[in-house]
Amino acid sequence: MAVIVAEHISKSYKDVPALTDISFAIENGELFGLIGPDSAGKSTLFRILTTLLLADHGQGYVAGHHIVDEYKEIRKKVGYMPGRFSLYQDLSVEENLSFFATIFGTTIKENYNLVRDIYVQLEPFKDRPAGKLSGGMKQKLALCCALIHKPEVLFLDEPTTGVDAVSRVEFWDMLKKLKEKGIAILVSTPYMDEATRCDRIALIQKGKILSIDSPQQMIAHFNKPLFAIKTRKIYQTLSVLRRADFTYSALPFGEYIHLTTTQPVVASEIKAYVADNGIALEAVLPIEASVEDIFLDLSKTLETQSL
Amino acid sequence: MSQKFSLYNDLTVGQNIRFFWRYLWFKHEKDQRKNPGDPYGARSAICGQKTSGGLAFRMETTPGFCSVYGPHDVLDYAKDNSSSTQLIYHLQSSGHFTLNTVLSSEKEMEKGFKEGTTKLVVVIPEDFDSDLYNGQDITIQLITDGSDPNNANTLLQYATTMLNDFRQEQLQKESSPFQIQVESRMLYNPQLASAYTFIPGTIALILLIVCAMLTSLTIAREKELGTMEILLVSPLPPLLIILGKVTPYAVLAFLDAVLILLLGYFVFKVPVLGSVVLLLFCCLPYVLVGLSLGTLISTRSTSQQQAMMSSLMGLMMPSLILSGFLFPLSSMPRILQFIGQLIPTTYFIEILKGIMLRGVGLQFIYIEVLVLLGMVMILLAFT
Repeated sequence: MAVIVAEHISKSYKDVPALTDISFAIENGELFGLIGPDSAGKSTLFRILTTLLLADHGQGYVAGHHIVDEYKEIRKKVGYMPGRFSLYQDLSVEENLSFFATIFGTTIKENYNLVRDIYVQLEPFKDRPAGKLSGGMKQKLALCCALIHKPEVLFLDEPTTGVDAVSRVEFWDMLKKLKEKGIAILVSTPYMDEATRCDRIALIQKGKILSIDSPQQMIAHFNKPLFAIKTRKIYQTLSVLRRADFTYSALPFGEYIHLTTTQPVVASEIKAYVADNGIALEAVLPIEASVEDIFLDLSKTLETQSL
Repeated sequence: MSQKFSLYNDLTVGQNIRFFWRYLWFKHEKDQRKNPGDPYGARSAICGQKTSGGLAFRMETTPGFCSVYGPHDVLDYAKDNSSSTQLIYHLQSSGHFTLNTVLSSEKEMEKGFKEGTTKLVVVIPEDFDSDLYNGQDITIQLITDGSDPNNANTLLQYATTMLNDFRQEQLQKESSPFQIQVESRMLYNPQLASAYTFIPGTIALILLIVCAMLTSLTIAREKELGTMEILLVSPLPPLLIILGKVTPYAVLAFLDAVLILLLGYFVFKVPVLGSVVLLLFCCLPYVLVGLSLGTLISTRSTSQQQAMMSSLMGLMMPSLILSGFLFPLSSMPRILQFIGQLIPTTYFIEILKGIMLRGVGLQFIYIEVLVLLGMVMILLAFT
């Protein structure tokens, strides 16, 4: 049974469209990632689904309830963690947790088993004001608070933004455990590398969903040849490659350049072409696409379509 | 660029950029000053002048006290007497006084004060007429409502001047020289102690600060920090959230009111002639007005600063100036009087003075209480 359903949801702020025709369905016990850059409309979608904002068009159902008509039921069943740290900074860790337990009509003890794994990490700091915690700890506490009433659905808006790499990995491990307990999780993130940790992902850009699939399927379906090119002169190489006939796109990727081609070519051809233009390449390797490659490819397609 | 987002949240993107750009330009200007002959120096100086203006206030004194309107009763012991009637006409001729009732005995006097319809009572002695012709000294008593000392003083001065005027006029007609002595009495506040106005006024203001300002601030704070969002997603109904925010301040306001009353009674010797229970009961509608004003402000504002400015400018200043607490409302230009009528504090101070100083019961102040309750209804409908 689908726990979160969005049907053709659209929303604009004055004249600026934030979301256009968003539709998806999230199954029970699924970890669903909403992947997109800042200002893609992720938070707006969260606010609509958590009944904080009304959509201009379209319907939505969360835990079997309509997001407008039965918003009171939904509010009992969801856990929401906004993108901004939104706990009481002057209350201690423990006080925050018991406060949120109380407003949901429960106690820490009752649902302790659900938050135990996370809370043990916070335990040493339980008397510290929430505002003085580190970024990762804050997010863990916020997750605890969102979980304390045993929600059926979790909405996590950019939980790993501003969190260090180690804490991010830990955080995703926690989400995996929660998922195994049967909680449907909708999580948004601007980090493409986190996408593979989700069961399914929706790539979102400028208020439109580009693609919905499992990350593995998405990668398997990517059919353009892709090369990672290592060079010392990234800028010059880029401009040379972009003039080449076989190039579909050439984008800098850290210390590499990722090149997708319109026709099948072999690594030596690329090397030879660039060498003709006076630049020596250190390495050209055919690689498998990452979610980021797919995202960039899809948003390029979207742009060319809209032009 | 620090880890925490450190731009001005309430400025738009463009405003932020302009702000920091100007800041950098100032630095640039400073550097340029060290090297004269720069091409931009003059232009940046102009720019600096424009921005450094900041907030400049110009306060102009309003031409106040231009008219004192004092409804007055006349206790005329020298009834049906031509010269006392003349005196009464003379008092009215200025336009500052209007005749309310001609009283027959001293007992009726207080009723007008308690109802608030009378501000001044002129007591004309029985043998006014004969004394006038015989050239004997006459003593006329002026009784005012001392629970509003500012107003009472002004009225006394006006009336005394008018009486002396009357004497001058009579002197031209009659040859007999006589003196009019004015004996004034301040009812309810014989020593004209300022504490008598300040205690009720302070109660009214502090209740307003606690109820309206703190409430609006605390709700705006929740909004600013984002905690409001989480609370809204919880099963708590929004009304309950607001109530939960507001109740502590209501309790605090009541405690404050009691504290000020006690201080007033023991330290400043301000009596509470009326019923204390009624007094506290009357705080209720006022506290409700304050709380609903506070929530109204907080729903309209997005940041604490905005909430604070709007409650300061929109509530505290007018309540301080236009409620009749510091300056008598009746001597203000009509438009300000009208605004004063819209301010809840005006009514509440009336109620407090009525109960504390004049010892009146509910039947004399029910209009004010009803006005306050009406305000609560209107404000709640708006929020």
